[in-house]
Amino acid sequence: MVIDNLKDTFPKEIVGTEIRNDRRATFTIDPSALVAISRYLHYERGYRFIIASALHTRKGFEIYYHFSLDQTGLILNLHVILDSEQPEVESLSNMFEATNWIEREMHELFGINFLNHPNLDELLSEGNWAKGVYPYRKDFSSKGEAST
Amino acid sequence: MSKQTLIPVGPFHPLQEEPELFKLYCEGEIVKDVKWETGYNHRGIEKLSEKKSYDEVFFLVERICGICSTSHPFAFANSVEEIAGVEVPNRAKYIRSIIAELERIHSHLLWVGLAGHFLGYNTVFMWAWKYREPVLDLFEMITGNRNSYAMFKVGGVRRDIENAKIAAIQEVLSLVKKKTDLLVGAVMDDPVIHARTKGVGILTREDILNFAAVGPTARASGVDVDVRRDDPYAAYPLVNWKVITAGAGDVFAKAEVRLLEMYESVSIIEQCLEGLRKEKEGDIDVKVKHIPPGYGTGHAEAPRGEVFHFVVSDGSNSPARHKIRAPSYTNISTFKKSCVGQSISDATISLAAVDPCYCCTERLAVAIDHRSGKRIMNAKEIIEHSALLTKKLLKHA
Repeated sequence: MVIDNLKDTFPKEIVGTEIRNDRRATFTIDPSALVAISRYLHYERGYRFIIASALHTRKGFEIYYHFSLDQTGLILNLHVILDSEQPEVESLSNMFEATNWIEREMHELFGINFLNHPNLDELLSEGNWAKGVYPYRKDFSSKGEAST
Repeated sequence: MSKQTLIPVGPFHPLQEEPELFKLYCEGEIVKDVKWETGYNHRGIEKLSEKKSYDEVFFLVERICGICSTSHPFAFANSVEEIAGVEVPNRAKYIRSIIAELERIHSHLLWVGLAGHFLGYNTVFMWAWKYREPVLDLFEMITGNRNSYAMFKVGGVRRDIENAKIAAIQEVLSLVKKKTDLLVGAVMDDPVIHARTKGVGILTREDILNFAAVGPTARASGVDVDVRRDDPYAAYPLVNWKVITAGAGDVFAKAEVRLLEMYESVSIIEQCLEGLRKEKEGDIDVKVKHIPPGYGTGHAEAPRGEVFHFVVSDGSNSPARHKIRAPSYTNISTFKKSCVGQSISDATISLAAVDPCYCCTERLAVAIDHRSGKRIMNAKEIIEHSALLTKKLLKHA
């Protein structure tokens, strides 16, 4: 089983597991192991990167990296929890192009820093947005007043 | 390095139905690099979704895209039903698939028409759009709307397709089939189209995997991926159909995949209509009273590829986070590969070949004061601001 293989290959890096059924699984991993596990999934197991979803929660910033193993319909989420004050994680863009835009978008909307990203310029609001205001953070009020 | 000329395509260009700016850096006739600017279409849908109830979100996500307006509610329904653990009745499954496949037919007809238009083959454009009309009329008959059908809800669908309407649907389907034959003949056997599209804008299998492209763009390069089969939902596991793929990866292969997919869609709808006859009329939903805390991933195969929704629930009546990934988001990035090395005249059809949908790709819009970063503009101020920008542009022109 693919999921068991992943747990055996990265026993230390995987800190939490939630397997809902044979088509949905989530692994909470140590952020420092993100690149290694993604490389393993994409290049050795043939997973396709779908997208990443960032969340601003009480724990800080969380990112779900969604991967799909198309032949089986399995969606595998790699879940990382980042620091609430200084959220940063290694970029995956140097490995495959597909993450380039979404990392720029998360940087722009949540203020998460992606280390070694080739170009972290604004993707959506080039030149039309105030610096340092992140609209998708929970402390951004819909009236436009950032409470921090 | 020899001199490069910048050819802008957009943000408003006769060849594009939506605003987006592509900068083609050319040496002579050949495109050496392509860059693009997004951001002309932002509406803040992911953020807005957090303020709306689960029922209202359907109407919101339906407006992400005017052409594939069912694929977003479909994926959203799949993800919320995954959180709530809901199984919808068979009749609702059939209706969902019928709507989605009718949408695929009209979307592919729209693309075939536009592709013909980009190549200067306007007869195909007029034919395709003419035969798209009966499909839109059919939507009006079934759902009450030619677009934005408002059919989906958590637990089922809002309207039934009464058995009495099945004959009228079958009549349109037989027309669509006949006219697809005509279009297949007009496109696949035309030597000029062969000359303009074969070997143009090639994407290899490796490119597709690198850019994570989906849908007909991926299938035309031999990457056999289709969510309807891989992660079956709605009525797709209940009917017989096959995934269409091609190997060449050029513009012609993409056209071929889309045209042949229309036959499959007709076949799926016909089988779903038979399925409807076996199910009890009116059994179209289950009541869902509460969405428990948790998260759900749902996807649906839109005409352009996989639509992906990730919904986080905190147990309240609104999503705590709603991430939306439209297929064009990954497909547009392939331009970097498909346009470079081509002549300028081939670049436009290479751009059009992935059937890009910019309003799907961009979903953010909150107007904020540029200097202080504090206030949101109201509608009047936005209009004044845009008038100011236009004046500035005119000054530079």
